[in-house]
Amino acid sequence: MSVQEITFVIIAVIGGVSAVRMVTSRNVVHAALYLVVTLAMVGAVYLVVAAEFLAWVQVLIYVGAIVVLLLFSLMLTKAPIGRDTLDNQQRGLAALVGMGVLAGLAFLIQDSFGGSKPITLHQATTEQVGVTLFRGFVWPFEVVSVLLLAALVGAVVIARKDDPAGSRRGPDRRAPLRRGSEATRR
Amino acid sequence: MIRLPYLLFFSAVLFSAGVYGVLARRNAVLVLMSIELMLNAVNVNLVAFNAYLRDAALTGQVFALFVITVAAAEVGIGLAIVILIYRNRETINVDEVNLLKW
Amino acid sequence: MSETYYQSYGIVVALLIGGVGLVAVAFGAARVVAPRRQLPEKLTTYECGIDPVGEGWSQSQIRYYIYAFLFVIFDVESVFLFPWATTFERLGMQAVVEMGIFVFILALGLLYAYRKKVLEWV
Repeated sequence: MSVQEITFVIIAVIGGVSAVRMVTSRNVVHAALYLVVTLAMVGAVYLVVAAEFLAWVQVLIYVGAIVVLLLFSLMLTKAPIGRDTLDNQQRGLAALVGMGVLAGLAFLIQDSFGGSKPITLHQATTEQVGVTLFRGFVWPFEVVSVLLLAALVGAVVIARKDDPAGSRRGPDRRAPLRRGSEATRR
Repeated sequence: MIRLPYLLFFSAVLFSAGVYGVLARRNAVLVLMSIELMLNAVNVNLVAFNAYLRDAALTGQVFALFVITVAAAEVGIGLAIVILIYRNRETINVDEVNLLKW
Repeated sequence: MSETYYQSYGIVVALLIGGVGLVAVAFGAARVVAPRRQLPEKLTTYECGIDPVGEGWSQSQIRYYIYAFLFVIFDVESVFLFPWATTFERLGMQAVVEMGIFVFILALGLLYAYRKKVLEWV
């Protein structure tokens, strides 16, 4: 085994274990933190396969931004803690399906690429990514900006809904009060 | 030097964990987190095959970049919807949000 | 293969192991040396002062979510700026126009957020 493979196996074990812990954790915040570990390990895998730019994109967007968003929404939804409230009744069936998917994929991988030669890795520079992106992927790139604009407008529209009443009512609105106002509106 | 099945198996583990999470979780935020896990598995595959096929143009990596971008937009809107559901229904358990279920 | 690439990240890994090891040794030594006597008073959130009332979860306002999402959007934009910055000299005017359109469309989003007054910190 080469140095890259040993490094990869260490990273993959940490990432895989924390991924499994994430989907089985009983505490939502712990789940989010396990997700951080998994995402960071995926970034480390990118570093091992010499995709340097993508590794730092992973850190910037996933670990730096999306996880913040997830933690924010956990705070906003006041998620309860405990197995009964976080998991539904299909846990056994879901585990069966998950294991089935894993077994099927493992069989397919071994069957198709089991005897393939080791990959000789070449460093991917940011410049190469940029040339491909701005020469071959011009339209997808521009469409991405429209997508982000649409997402931004959508989030503003959704989240601003209670603003006229909400900002005047003060920051500390309690749930029962809100439920009452909902009831009267209905 | 790294063998392709290693990378693919890692991504398969992430994907299966994501599948389990999507099926077994009630909390909508946790379901979205599991979806992120599955998207990451896809990205690992894209990068692995990019290295395996020795693509000098790095198409796989650019694709992974787009997937990450779209995932950012998706999770932002998804969480906004989840928060809106929480404000209207006081719950984000996906099995209790069944108003449109026939 | 660029050996310098793995060598340079080898230094990062060595630094990481050193840093984690230092913290682990310090905390491990504290755990071994320090006396441990668990009292119910010690396990409360504030050992002296007023006892906390209610639960630890408190709901924050939804407007903070918008800030977080704006951060995500412009984080994504900056990610596209990095490869652009390394190549726009080589690609010339074409790349500049592409990035101009991209930034303009996202600036429209910022303008929308500003006009809808979600940028105001209350």
